[in-house]
Amino acid sequence: MTLLAAPALPLHTAGKYVAGAYIVFVVMLVVYLGIMTLRTRRTRRELSELRREVLERQAQAELDGPGLAPRSAEQPARVDPGRAAASPERGSASSEREAAV
Amino acid sequence: MSHGPTVRGLILATIVSTTAALALIFFYAPLDANQGFVQKIFYIHVPLAIVSLCGFVAGGLLAIGHLRTGERKWDLRSYVVIHLSLIFGITALLAGSIWAKASWGHWWVWDDPTLVSFLIVLLLFATYQPLRFSIEDPERQARYASVFAIVAAAFVPLNFIAVRLSQGFVHPRVLTLGGGNLPGPMRLTFLIALLAVALLFVTLCLFELQAKRTRIGLRRLRRELLGEDAVRPLGRSAAPS
Repeated sequence: MTLLAAPALPLHTAGKYVAGAYIVFVVMLVVYLGIMTLRTRRTRRELSELRREVLERQAQAELDGPGLAPRSAEQPARVDPGRAAASPERGSASSEREAAV
Repeated sequence: MSHGPTVRGLILATIVSTTAALALIFFYAPLDANQGFVQKIFYIHVPLAIVSLCGFVAGGLLAIGHLRTGERKWDLRSYVVIHLSLIFGITALLAGSIWAKASWGHWWVWDDPTLVSFLIVLLLFATYQPLRFSIEDPERQARYASVFAIVAAAFVPLNFIAVRLSQGFVHPRVLTLGGGNLPGPMRLTFLIALLAVALLFVTLCLFELQAKRTRIGLRRLRRELLGEDAVRPLGRSAAPS
């Protein structure tokens, strides 16, 4: 309230327009950040799903024995999904296609 | 998602400069003798418009990088920069419209060259996303979008020069190559506001780029670890790949 009463802020008729312009800016920013937060959350969820699936396959491969382990189940021990996803290298056209959404 | 020191530093600089800009706008910069309090909109409207136009040009330059090298990362950068420039441009247009209503009594006037030219540039770049969406093949999508971005970016300075050379000046001219007619405190406030908006733009660009790269990396990792069948197919999208 002290700020509103400050002499530098003559909030007469022009005040609502100035407030409107700045509110538009803030709203656009908040909407953008909200959308980005939702997308980041989805990426996190997918990452945790991937972790779980990799661990499940790893456990299954150990139960089946080394001779029966599928090719995909041999990889997880060498790659940390969290770190690898955060620093992707440049890949093929087909894999990079998936930047979408 | 973890952010590197560059992004963290940028976020900090953006917060500091934005706070400083707001403090200067409302508690330091004097009231305009002509327009009064309404002129405070200028400190957000003009930086947004400048950063948006610079972003469109930057998008075109990044698209040149894509056509020259063929690397998809340049297309991704160009897409993100143009995407954010559109958001900033729309915000500038809305803020300007509010200022026009307060100052001229109309939300929009068609006889002001600056307003109309900015709208034309914005509408031109608004077709960038539908263009991308209409092309399914990712290679062609990236190539055509780059060509469009370069041509549209070249249009920005041409448009700017044309407006400056036109006769019917209605829009206030407070920034010129000769220094303009802003007094010291107003100029300082404006420059800080411009810096804040520019930093915000760069920070958001890096944030979005990092988010998109992470998604690319995640899907690639899923394919490598679990095989092609574990990756859900993607539908058509305007986003680069």
